[in-house]
Amino acid sequence: MIEVSKLSKHFSEHLAVNNLSFTVQPGEVIGFLGPNGAGKSTTMKMLTGFLAPSAGSVKIHGFDIAKQRIRAQRVLGYLPEGAPCYGEMTVLDFLLFIGKVRGYRGKELQERVKRVIDLLELGRVIGQSIDTLSKGFNRRVGLAQAVMHEPKVLILDEPTDGLDPNQKHQVRQLIKALAKDRIVIISTHILEEVSALCTRVLLIAHGELIVDETPHQLLQRSKYHQAVTLYSENALDQAALKALPGVQSLEENSRDGSLTLIPEPGAVLFPVVNALIQQRGWQVQEIAVESGRLDEVFRRLTRGESA
Amino acid sequence: MKHWRIILEREFSGYFATPLAYVFLLTFLVLSGLFTFYLGGFYESEQANLQPFFTFHPWLYLFLMPALAMRLWSEERKSGTIELLMTLAIRRREMVLGKFLAAWLFAGLALGLTFPLVFTVNFLGDPDNGAILTGYLGSWLLAGAYLAASSFVSALSKNTVLAFIGALGLCFIFVVSGHALVLDAFTNWAPQWWLDMVSSMSFLTRFQAISRGVIDVRDVLFFLSFILAWLVASVIVLELKKAD
Ligand SMILES: Nc1ncnc2c1ncn2[C@@H]1O[C@H](COP(=O)(O)OP(=O)(O)OP(=O)(O)O)[C@@H](O)[C@H]1O
Ligand SMILES: [Mg+2]
Repeated sequence: MIEVSKLSKHFSEHLAVNNLSFTVQPGEVIGFLGPNGAGKSTTMKMLTGFLAPSAGSVKIHGFDIAKQRIRAQRVLGYLPEGAPCYGEMTVLDFLLFIGKVRGYRGKELQERVKRVIDLLELGRVIGQSIDTLSKGFNRRVGLAQAVMHEPKVLILDEPTDGLDPNQKHQVRQLIKALAKDRIVIISTHILEEVSALCTRVLLIAHGELIVDETPHQLLQRSKYHQAVTLYSENALDQAALKALPGVQSLEENSRDGSLTLIPEPGAVLFPVVNALIQQRGWQVQEIAVESGRLDEVFRRLTRGESA
Repeated sequence: MKHWRIILEREFSGYFATPLAYVFLLTFLVLSGLFTFYLGGFYESEQANLQPFFTFHPWLYLFLMPALAMRLWSEERKSGTIELLMTLAIRRREMVLGKFLAAWLFAGLALGLTFPLVFTVNFLGDPDNGAILTGYLGSWLLAGAYLAASSFVSALSKNTVLAFIGALGLCFIFVVSGHALVLDAFTNWAPQWWLDMVSSMSFLTRFQAISRGVIDVRDVLFFLSFILAWLVASVIVLELKKAD
């Protein structure tokens, strides 16, 4: 369990993290969302004991990170922002170094290192010095380092940044597989990742926690939640659609001419829209109910407008 | 394995990962030779000992040891790996010790590679090999003192060049603190205990006896506690200043 209580961080005058409190239980995958400079990385640096908070406390499985740093860090795996690794070392030497630091030796060390090499598909580059790796491979080395000791708590700052689509998928599968009975905290700017991976979202802006809920709940804040989009090759009677009960507004997509009906809060549109189509006998090629658009919610919440 | 050993191994082999190690060793050997044979008047002295060789070490180390230590922490800060290192559940004192020992061992290696000099003096005459051994050990201690102070400076900044210059300045203070020029500056107004302390900190004075092969326990203790003090200071600095 992670207990974060009233965590703050000042950089001279600048307040980077402001009074953050939350707890995380094993099995949860937390996604930190927020605009650039929101304080996500700074929060992670404090969770992992790299930065000392200006105020507040962090407990990792009962160990206070300020007072029992070593014990707390033993259960932690951390991928810092940008995945810093010792550039002059080869991938293999670097992973062996990490393995030794984590207390493995002999056969177990070899096995642990081999396992993460396979897990992150590093076999091709083990002899290469880290400086010469592509960005994605560098990131994978950072991930390999973080998961080697199968930590109870995994903190990953933008783990999929710079990965190709295959590797993104792979890393998400890896995180899902690791998440069982563990705690995973990731930060990301990829909103789809949050729906794909996280059980809970912490939205941070200007160092403050704005929203703490499930991705599903977050989607419900979207004005497109339960919106119905129609695509037809024939022109549809827009006035009739607009007049349906529960329709707040209608948007026409200029790109393909599809229509999106936005519901009043709480209204369910699909049945009435469907009934109208039946009644008029319209030829509709596509009809879709939206669950919501995270990017729109993100924009609205982080620009300070009320939800 | 203890964490300091793991750090030591990584840092030590790190020296050889770049040409730095070889450039350093070459520079060290060439300068040692130059100082000894030309400036030290090794042949003219017609004495079979290595005093001319050791006499220049405080000056030689003044430039070479900061160069050896400058990357220890600055590099970690600059590349951001300090964040990795500091979150790996390693005690800070083990990091500091491991890095320092790596540099000190490397300096020991460089010093050891001057062994042809020992053969030369034995070939030319009949030297006191005990005194030579003492000189070597004393010189290695001296190198440790420079390295400890330099690694402290390196822990302060992410700028390697700054770390080098800062370390050079700091070490210079300890080289000249026994010099008449420095002491004169204090004579008229500072209390006697201060004068004594300043002159007792002097590397030159402390090393003079050692280079002649005379080893005094107090000098050895001075260098050892000097090293320890700077290592402790490094631990404190790393505790206070983690980011950047
Ligand atoms: N060492 C530092 N000194 C001064 N200010 C800092 C320092 N580190 C971070 N900041 C500031 O703190 C704020 C939060 O930065 P942080 O890196 O936590 O943002 P972030 O949410 O991770 O952003 P991004 O999405 O761009 O990674 C920023 O305004 C940043 O400029
Ligand atoms: Mg960040």
